[in-house]
Amino acid sequence: MSEPRTLLAIDKVSKNFGRVTAVDGISLDIRENEFFALLGPSGCGKTTLLRMLAGFETPNDGRILLDGRDIAKTLPNKRPVNLMFQSYALFPHMSVRANVSYGLEMERLPASEIRSRVDAILATTELVPFADRKPEQLSGGQKQRVALARALVKRPRLLLLDEPLGALDKKLRGAMQLELKRLQHEVGITFVIVTHDQEESLVMADRMAVLKDGKLLQCDTPHAIYEHPADRFVADFIGVMNFVPGKAAADGVVAADGARISGKVPATLSPGASAVASVRPERIRLFPSGETANRTTGTVEALAYQGLDLQLHVRTPLSPKPFLVRVTADAADRRPVSSGDQVELGWDAADVRIFAE
Amino acid sequence: MTRPSRSSLLMAPALAWLAALMVVPCALVLALAFFRRGIYGGIEYTFTLENFGLVFDPLYAGIFLNSARIAGTATLIAVVIGYAAAYAIAAAPRRWQPVFLFFAVLPFWSNYLIRTYAWIVLLNREGLITQLLRWFGYTGEPPSMLYTEGAVIAGLVYNYLPFVILACYAPLSRLNPELAEASRDLGASAATTFRRVILPLTVPGIAAGAVFVFVLSIGNFVTPALLGGGRFQMIGNLVYDQFLTANDWPFGAALAMALIAIMLLVLMAQALAANRASGHVTQAGGGTDG
Repeated sequence: MSEPRTLLAIDKVSKNFGRVTAVDGISLDIRENEFFALLGPSGCGKTTLLRMLAGFETPNDGRILLDGRDIAKTLPNKRPVNLMFQSYALFPHMSVRANVSYGLEMERLPASEIRSRVDAILATTELVPFADRKPEQLSGGQKQRVALARALVKRPRLLLLDEPLGALDKKLRGAMQLELKRLQHEVGITFVIVTHDQEESLVMADRMAVLKDGKLLQCDTPHAIYEHPADRFVADFIGVMNFVPGKAAADGVVAADGARISGKVPATLSPGASAVASVRPERIRLFPSGETANRTTGTVEALAYQGLDLQLHVRTPLSPKPFLVRVTADAADRRPVSSGDQVELGWDAADVRIFAE
Repeated sequence: MTRPSRSSLLMAPALAWLAALMVVPCALVLALAFFRRGIYGGIEYTFTLENFGLVFDPLYAGIFLNSARIAGTATLIAVVIGYAAAYAIAAAPRRWQPVFLFFAVLPFWSNYLIRTYAWIVLLNREGLITQLLRWFGYTGEPPSMLYTEGAVIAGLVYNYLPFVILACYAPLSRLNPELAEASRDLGASAATTFRRVILPLTVPGIAAGAVFVFVLSIGNFVTPALLGGGRFQMIGNLVYDQFLTANDWPFGAALAMALIAIMLLVLMAQALAANRASGHVTQAGGGTDG
């Protein structure tokens, strides 16, 4: 397999508004044909970064290379990049067809070509029956598809999506996540999506970047980020994580009550330094049968039944917050627990991640 | 079922007011137009259509056309200047917008007559503008600005500009800024974005402002009297003269009715155009009763 080609290289890009630094020296490579997610809490700089890719903001520093050409100062209407706005920004005085044709008319293409390309994209996005409707006559999901069709019909090198599913309800959202992925494969265009929803980027992205305070914390596949978060913030932000605060030792972390959590200590952490050991809820076993490196006992405080599995809140001496433990429906049936029960928890050293506090 | 009765109850004071102070006087004036003028002034109560015939006399029809031309020119200038001002205000930082709007309507705080007299001070032969020119070294004849058609138009534009600014500001400030960005993103230049996105979406405001200026201008008589020096008669002056100088109330009434007819036509045309242009887009009402 050959190394995938880099389409977009973001090179030490910074942007400040007055005294506020929105994006602080971010470097990222986005590959041809990939579904890339920019993830972070609000105010992390992801939207500013996206607006710089679209051309609505100009970086104060750094380069944005598209196919090797610096487009940092190119006007939005002069770059082969399209943005799907969070508000969809459909033109309210134009029909669906006129909205989708608009971008091709700007390219001064022959009317016949505009017509056939618009017809094709309306078919792909299942909008043919709505072609003559005005945006206000469409549902949220239909508007979202029009916004997508309007951007895709331009056949951009790069499609940017700003919180594309934010306005949809949860059920429709799940369906649209898969729909977006399917479309991305079908049209073969690189997608960059901005989201604050970590679940969404785990589901959709081939690779993702986690941002905080304008800085890039980690850029990798969803699996790698979930299993090997770069720091405590990423571990906490992506998925659910149990933390045990303590001091770093040679082969783990010593908790406040003297209990030892075994795990691989990063080389940068010197013994005695403040550290935190962490483990995912699904890696913890209830009443472990065999030998496990880490063990503790606690009291069940609450149970949350979630159909596929059962989530337990267990009060342990290890941490001020209750441990979250995820038990499959199967296991819960075999050995039922209820609120107030004493339970034994165990997990392997390989499932422990240790970070500087 | 309680709704219609309650809403008609709420509307009753306004309807009574309109009936007593608008419909009745208008009906009286309309009736007046069908009578004959007495030989020594006054009214002779015999039915005639002569007064309306006289309205179409080339002499008076010419004044109508002239008024429409002056009002039309004033409207055009007011819309261009007012739209630009409204655009600039809507583009300003949010917290400054009320301040700018306050300054735009500030002239309304003083009397219409006083404001028009101020223009005389400005445009006079040795007025402020001439003195400013002199200060810059101009030594020739003072320009004749007062008592020209230009002065009348300038006065009308000045007086009604705030209406246009307010009428255009409303749709401009409500416009989602992402619409213009979307247009740029899809490959349109700034000029094309204005022509195809911003302008069509703010036409209702332009139309409302334009109708205001036109209707108020075409019937105006103070500005042409003061700034036109009586040399540029508009319908308003003509009506005024018939009632107060010539003492021909029936003809004055017929002229006034013709003026009202023109205004109604303009308003209806605007309503029709607004309906067609926006279709079901801008009006948020409609289906709220269900």
